[in-house]
Amino acid sequence: MFKHHAKIETNIFFLAVGILLTIVVGGLVEVVPLFSIESTIEKVDGVRPYSPLEQRGRDIYIREGCYNCHSQMIRPFKDEVERYGHYSLAAESKYDHPFQWGSKRTGPDLARVGGKYTDDWQVRHLINPRDVVPGSIMPGYKHLMRPLNYSDIAADMKALRAVGVPYTDAQIANAVKDLEEQVFGDPAAKPAVAASYPKAHIGSASGKDKVTEMDALVAYLQVLGTMVDFSTVKPEAIRR
Amino acid sequence: MSINTEATPYCEDVIKKFTLAAIFWGVVGFLAGDFIALQLAFPVLNLDLEWTSFGRLRPVHTSAVIFAFGGNVLFATSLYIVQRTSRAGLFGGEGLGGFVFWNFQALIVVAALSYVLGFSQGQEYAEPEWWIDLWLTVIWVAYLIAFAGTIMKRKEPHIYVANWFFFAMILTIAMLHLGNNLAVPAAFFGGSWMKSYNVFGGVQNAMTQWWYGHNAVGFFLTAGFLGIMYYFVPKRAERPVYSYRLSIVHFWALIFLYIWAGPHHLHYTALPDWAQTLGMTFSVMLWMPSWGGMINGLMTLSGAWDKLRTDPVMRFLVSSVAFYGMSTFEGPMMSIKAVNSLSHYTDWGIGHVHSGALGWVAFVSFGALYYLVPKLWGRKELYSLKLVGVHFWVATVGIVFYITAMWISGIMQGLMWRAYDNLGFLQYSFIETVEAMRPYYMIRALGGFLFVLGSLVMVYNVWKTIKGDVADEAYASATSGAR
Repeated sequence: MFKHHAKIETNIFFLAVGILLTIVVGGLVEVVPLFSIESTIEKVDGVRPYSPLEQRGRDIYIREGCYNCHSQMIRPFKDEVERYGHYSLAAESKYDHPFQWGSKRTGPDLARVGGKYTDDWQVRHLINPRDVVPGSIMPGYKHLMRPLNYSDIAADMKALRAVGVPYTDAQIANAVKDLEEQVFGDPAAKPAVAASYPKAHIGSASGKDKVTEMDALVAYLQVLGTMVDFSTVKPEAIRR
Repeated sequence: MSINTEATPYCEDVIKKFTLAAIFWGVVGFLAGDFIALQLAFPVLNLDLEWTSFGRLRPVHTSAVIFAFGGNVLFATSLYIVQRTSRAGLFGGEGLGGFVFWNFQALIVVAALSYVLGFSQGQEYAEPEWWIDLWLTVIWVAYLIAFAGTIMKRKEPHIYVANWFFFAMILTIAMLHLGNNLAVPAAFFGGSWMKSYNVFGGVQNAMTQWWYGHNAVGFFLTAGFLGIMYYFVPKRAERPVYSYRLSIVHFWALIFLYIWAGPHHLHYTALPDWAQTLGMTFSVMLWMPSWGGMINGLMTLSGAWDKLRTDPVMRFLVSSVAFYGMSTFEGPMMSIKAVNSLSHYTDWGIGHVHSGALGWVAFVSFGALYYLVPKLWGRKELYSLKLVGVHFWVATVGIVFYITAMWISGIMQGLMWRAYDNLGFLQYSFIETVEAMRPYYMIRALGGFLFVLGSLVMVYNVWKTIKGDVADEAYASATSGAR
């Protein structure tokens, strides 16, 4: 074996080919089957693309680097399920480009933070976390009270559709209208945005007369982990 | 044979530039790290400004130390080594080298600014937006041409072992960078030029991200720096590499196994179990080539162990290999699912990364930089070897503070999360576990401060060396016999 190695270490092309063949195997074996094995993503109802407002909120979540301190992936342990809720399914992040499972919990997991706190709590907490959680070490985000830029939201949805998120033509055409309606619509009147995006959280979190970045981020946080109704999920559908 | 009779015109200006840039970005990256460490102990330091919050500055720290410091060290050392071991001047000369240098420095500044201003792809260690990624690709191809071109015009029949590691690093990083950053820009549909969406989502994106992320560690921070070890340890020890056969086994086993290890970042997540098990198994196997490499590096000192006492530069190089051995034992252990269930999401991971990054990557870099500076600027020796010793001890104490604080806080936090009281309720609320971390965050910041302090001692020493000053002739001449 060692005497033949001289051929490789005296010829850069042999060396390059040897390296490429060696490094490509692991990735192929681990990545490719995730696209072809059907059980990778569980078959559960309820997971839908994010509404325009939620998607803008998600963009802000990424912009502020929330993933550096918060995970969105509940592991199937007794303590995590009791603390955060049902363990996370692959299906629940199937429209997440990029995924935000995270790698560190300097703060708590957010996979099921939706509906746990009121809009008012979320806004106060985001502006100054220590107002509501005295021991918190999270930064304050008072700048989120500024107006949201959403004129080009349809372009983002088209880009997301290009990577596989199934937005319909109607959803893209109504993007700006849906976004504004999710903030200023009347939840009792069953606005169109709620039909297009079931369980979308309707209302103005910041209470301003323009749509704010805060409204978008809170709408995203309030939908996290709420799309799947686990009372209707059969255990065998999500068995690992 | 005419070895040593004809002088080869090596390109050294560009190596000098990379060397200085490495030192500069090292200090910047260490400072950024210590600042965000302090933010976790004293949240008021987030300053309530959007540009200075932890979430935006943490990528500045990680990119500065990994890509700006580590990258410039790799450029400096690999392009120095490939010329010397090939007995050939740099392919493309100062022109191509300068192209890589100036574009890379500009890219660092642009990427850091983009994070601070809030532009990010939202994937760890791959935050730069799509057009910055494309720019980096051009720089990387230019680097590949300079490196491989130099090998192709070599006057030595064999390609030296250090160059195998650099070459594998260059090719693998190219593959990982392109694979993980496949994204569709919003600009293609009339949207922002600073936003894109990864073509992979959810579980597949998780897998490609950690295939990338773990091998940024495995190839950029390990294979590349092993190339540094395979040249500078034998050079400084004036001994040949311990075992040629072990080098061959080390090389191929390491690059084959590393690629599989990514899923250990995704234990107990929604990634399918078969992938997690593969990731764990290969991570445990990876322990073997890692320690094979460590043994090859350490045993190179056979018959020259006294240099550990007399030569502080050697002390940096050897300690780095020892830290490498320690963190490549800790890593496989943490990749075992039962251990990972406790360690994942906690500071233990941060501690592990830093025992590798500070103890291995930075220390082997310091050793290499201390070797290179007098050589490049034509000085007999550094301004002061005594100051190298000061740097070594200050930095080592800093690392010990850092990693022990993170071991304690990480294991404690993991245990607090899963603790139940005698009535069967979770014993601690999340915020109680955060508050319990505070003393350890302060100790960690102190450790980081010492590490920064050590790097400033290096800056002073390098600056005086380049100026041509000599501090302690007596010390230098007393030890020169041993060297």
